[in-house]
Amino acid sequence: MTFTIGTLVLVSFAVSLAALVVLIWAISKSQMRFTQEDARTIFRVEQRDEGLDDPSVNADDATQPTDAGGHAYHSPESRRVILFMLGMATLWLIVGSTFGLIASLKLHLPDWLNGSAPLTFGRMRAMHLNLVIYGWSSVGGIGLALWLLPTIFATPLRFPKLALAGGIIMNLAVACGAAAIGMGWTDGLEWLEIPWQIDIALAIGLFGLLIPLLNTAYHREVHHIYVTGWYYLGAMIWFPILFLVANIPGINVGAQQATVNWWFAHNVLGLWLTPIGVGAAYYLLPRMIGKPIYSYRLSLLGFWALALFYSQVGIHHLIGGPVPTWVVTLSVVQSIMMFIPVIAVAINQHTLWMSNLPAFRASVPLRFVAIGALMYTAASFQGSLEALRSVNSVTHFTHYTVAHAHLGAYGFVSLILFGGFYYVVPRLVERVWPMTMLIHVHFWTVVVGFAIYFVSLSIGGWLQGLAMLDPARDWMESMELTKPYLIGRSIGGSLMVLGHVAFAINVLAMLSGRGAARVAVLDPTAATALAGGRK
Amino acid sequence: MNRFAPLLLLSAAILAFATVFLVILPGAEIRTADIPAGLQPYTEQELRGRTEYVSLGCVYCHSQQPRAPEQGPDGARGWGRPSTASDYAYDRPHLLGTMRTGPALLNIGARMPSQAWHLTHLYQPRAINPTSIMPNYPFLFDVKAQANAGDVTVDLPPEEQPAGSVVVARSEALDLVAYLLSLDRTYPVAHPELRDNGYADKGATQ
Repeated sequence: MTFTIGTLVLVSFAVSLAALVVLIWAISKSQMRFTQEDARTIFRVEQRDEGLDDPSVNADDATQPTDAGGHAYHSPESRRVILFMLGMATLWLIVGSTFGLIASLKLHLPDWLNGSAPLTFGRMRAMHLNLVIYGWSSVGGIGLALWLLPTIFATPLRFPKLALAGGIIMNLAVACGAAAIGMGWTDGLEWLEIPWQIDIALAIGLFGLLIPLLNTAYHREVHHIYVTGWYYLGAMIWFPILFLVANIPGINVGAQQATVNWWFAHNVLGLWLTPIGVGAAYYLLPRMIGKPIYSYRLSLLGFWALALFYSQVGIHHLIGGPVPTWVVTLSVVQSIMMFIPVIAVAINQHTLWMSNLPAFRASVPLRFVAIGALMYTAASFQGSLEALRSVNSVTHFTHYTVAHAHLGAYGFVSLILFGGFYYVVPRLVERVWPMTMLIHVHFWTVVVGFAIYFVSLSIGGWLQGLAMLDPARDWMESMELTKPYLIGRSIGGSLMVLGHVAFAINVLAMLSGRGAARVAVLDPTAATALAGGRK
Repeated sequence: MNRFAPLLLLSAAILAFATVFLVILPGAEIRTADIPAGLQPYTEQELRGRTEYVSLGCVYCHSQQPRAPEQGPDGARGWGRPSTASDYAYDRPHLLGTMRTGPALLNIGARMPSQAWHLTHLYQPRAINPTSIMPNYPFLFDVKAQANAGDVTVDLPPEEQPAGSVVVARSEALDLVAYLLSLDRTYPVAHPELRDNGYADKGATQ
């Protein structure tokens, strides 16, 4: 065993050293040098004016990205696979969040809907998590990537047929995975419940999607890789490694398996969903507002610091648990270091949208993305603090952690995806959203609903944690006192599901051909007002 | 950053680096430790019960990792001594858990050693704790006019007893209870260094 450890450390050291040499070489060859002008790449590749860009309601903006010769970057085949992924993601959102709401209700209605095993809390909760992570966020995120990467790289998507096949396989695997969990067939690890046999199909589907995307990036027609591209390229190399390694059956056991479990689960957030969200925001915020991000150089620091620190935070899920002290401490330290990339991203993104508040008020898609970006900062700060041993003693094992997880996966990633969908779909189908009213309903129900959800569960969880640490109080008290807050969570969650239905109705109407196209005459006063708001 | 390959290589290298520290090194430390003498492998029935525990998602509300007394009153609540990695040598999948919506269960077999208590509690938790929010599991039981030879009947208060019939545990319920009763890590601690002692005073591992 000593030999094995020594060999592995040596291999890791050699890999790191080689990576360092490559980095130094790249810098010496000026590959790392870039200027604020590079931040304008996204405007140049589309020959699109800088200025407020809201294709969700303004038919004049609902145009495909094209090159200088007027050729669209997205072929009909490429459009088909993107719309398929975005449509399926919406379906998983509806099913996944409904299961989440049922699970939430069950925590204060414990005798409700328990007639058969698939309906029990433990299965509803697992189906909810897997559907919203692998269905909604991952399928939706890849759908967005299929649009973003060809657009920022100014070249058509390569192998669109392979991508469609991959998308179909991935979605079938998600459906089978959720069904398996419902029937009681599970690998039993949080975030890794989908049986490994089905994971093989999921991985095949994933590769079918990632190969065309990576190939597209390789054949890009622009010299500079825009910051969104770094995040998406990183995510596309990280997630397959994580997913394959964590799902190898039969090699892990006990507390050692727990380290694999949390290495994976936290990296799915940090190295997959976070780059999807942050990368999308780095494109959508400047694109929607029509101005480049604040400091392009700062974004480089943000990206590499995220990769270095986020990849090592996972064991903060085992603070006070049965794993060696040093590895817990390592993850606590790296969690605190996460302030660096988060502040870098915050300065870049918030400075931009906060200095353009009229645009924020005018565009609902922008509001989704800007609030999502703000929630990234909030969730990350909160996560760093929760990793402190003193705070973790209170929050670990309580609903506070559940609220925090939703601040990241919902407040941050999902809100940005909503904004992304509202921006991208009109440009793909060249029609505006058919029911503007429902966009507003969606925005307000999910914002208000999530605020209720988060505040309620955070307070309840904190009080639960304090009660659990108090030797003078019976443990039952810590559970009983959470009941009103669990009801609050169900109320907030109901509003969120309602908003998702409003969103899905619009998606369905859009995909079935409704919505005004560019040639349709706009209300002249609205057109003038919008034009006045442009620079 | 304008190069495709260096970006991908460096990203992969950083993840490999993190994996060595978070997975490979602690794994080597944990897996080379010998198994405590007091820890018995699960029996066939206990393993079937464990599969039941996994498939019903008990882990989403019940942790199996008691904390040190310096961190919390787990020991005083009867949840057991602080566990170490060696206590899980036969656990596949691990069930450490992340929530205490219900109490910690690593030593539930020692704290609640009665099969009858567990059967009643699984059939209707509120028959024992009126404020409990644990789901009831009626599908692990049969309601019969009368018990056959070999049936294990469930003790219930009159208000929970179905009129004119008895509640009998199915094999899934009996397996699950066998697993719960096997959860007993009260033997002396082995490898106290294989746990997070970050809350304890320097050198103290109790």
